[in-house]
Amino acid sequence: MKIAISTSGEDLSAPVDTRFGRAPRFLIYHMETGTFSLKENKQNLNAAQGAGIQSAACVCEEQVDAVITGNCGPKAFAVLDAAGIKVYTCGSTAISEAIDQLRQGQLHPADEANVEGHWV
Amino acid sequence: MKIAVASGKGGTGKTTLSCAMAFAAQEKVTLLDCDVEEPNSHFFIRPEIEHQEQVFRPVPAVDETKCTGCGECARVCQFNAIVTVNGKTLVFNELCHSCGACVRICPTGALHEVDQPIGQIETGRRDHVRFVSGRLDVGQAMSPPLIRRTLEQADAESLTIVDCPPGTSCPYVTAVKACDAALLVTEPTPFGLHDLKLAVETIRDLGVPFGVAVNRMTEEKNPIQAYCEAEGIPLLIQIPEDRRAAEAYSRGEPINTVMPELNERLAQIPEQLKAMI
Ligand code: SF4
Ligand code: SF4
Repeated sequence: MKIAISTSGEDLSAPVDTRFGRAPRFLIYHMETGTFSLKENKQNLNAAQGAGIQSAACVCEEQVDAVITGNCGPKAFAVLDAAGIKVYTCGSTAISEAIDQLRQGQLHPADEANVEGHWV
Repeated sequence: MKIAVASGKGGTGKTTLSCAMAFAAQEKVTLLDCDVEEPNSHFFIRPEIEHQEQVFRPVPAVDETKCTGCGECARVCQFNAIVTVNGKTLVFNELCHSCGACVRICPTGALHEVDQPIGQIETGRRDHVRFVSGRLDVGQAMSPPLIRRTLEQADAESLTIVDCPPGTSCPYVTAVKACDAALLVTEPTPFGLHDLKLAVETIRDLGVPFGVAVNRMTEEKNPIQAYCEAEGIPLLIQIPEDRRAAEAYSRGEPINTVMPELNERLAQIPEQLKAMI
């Protein structure tokens, strides 16, 4: 199982970024091997509109099964949902902590966006 | 001639001034309410509505049986309004600018345009004023197509006054750049000056000649006057803060019925703007 975690850091000790659409990058974590890679999200960071949609498309490219982030807007959620990717929300804890919580079944998949979309 | 009545932000008296100018005009005049998110000039014009029409805009729809998930549509869209994930294509209507690029590029013909209702246009009249107003449907975010349709109703022969959307983004630009000249309405406060500066910056980029109107003037000297003098911008009218204006507003009456002394000045504005073109 592969998980994309929104973050501004570069390793497992960095905190989860609470923004999904405007997260600087995603840490792609492989549950089975415990290894990870980084996926930059800079091109979407400054998108005037639709950053959530593009960020969602960006993690879809990585063929992940789930996303861990702080807040996911309705459009990003719609894209992830269409791709069959589960969205888990959590606070800005360390990434390693969030992964542990997921392993222990303490994070729950969202069934809808938890923040309103916004217009620029 | 089309005159845009615009302001950097809402609540400065743009509608009040548009309506007063329409009533003060000595000739046939058309008032276009292009503030489609919140049209309210009809409160003051109180026209007899003669015609109502639904306005649509095209948005892409996906035929899933033909879509291969190639993602060409998402690559060509400049507005992030269409996306392909795991072989599925999703359209976000509220971000779509109806440019049609995705429909043209789709190699399998999986996309076609469907008409989405976005709002209404009402036309009517009162006395010498022909009235046209666009109203965006609740929940619609894309106003420029409706603004353009409303602007098409301008009368080429006579004077047209355009009550523009507030702010300085797309809707404002759409309305102002379709006009021959503009009147920027502001208030004599530091905030008013700040918003006026933004509106001036944008309008200079558009190359539309313009003058300024100050609403709710309290003192002789105000920051707007100093700014206009320094920038060489003609200050075309200053409407004093007056109890009568506030009362007229609350009754839904144009200010010039209670302040008839303004009529002459108001009627001159189109001529003065014309001279600047
Ligand atoms: S371009 Fe056409 S076929 Fe390709 S993903 Fe878009 S809708 Fe599907
Ligand atoms: S019509 Fe234009 S703006 Fe709308 S989805 Fe297609 S490419 Fe994007």
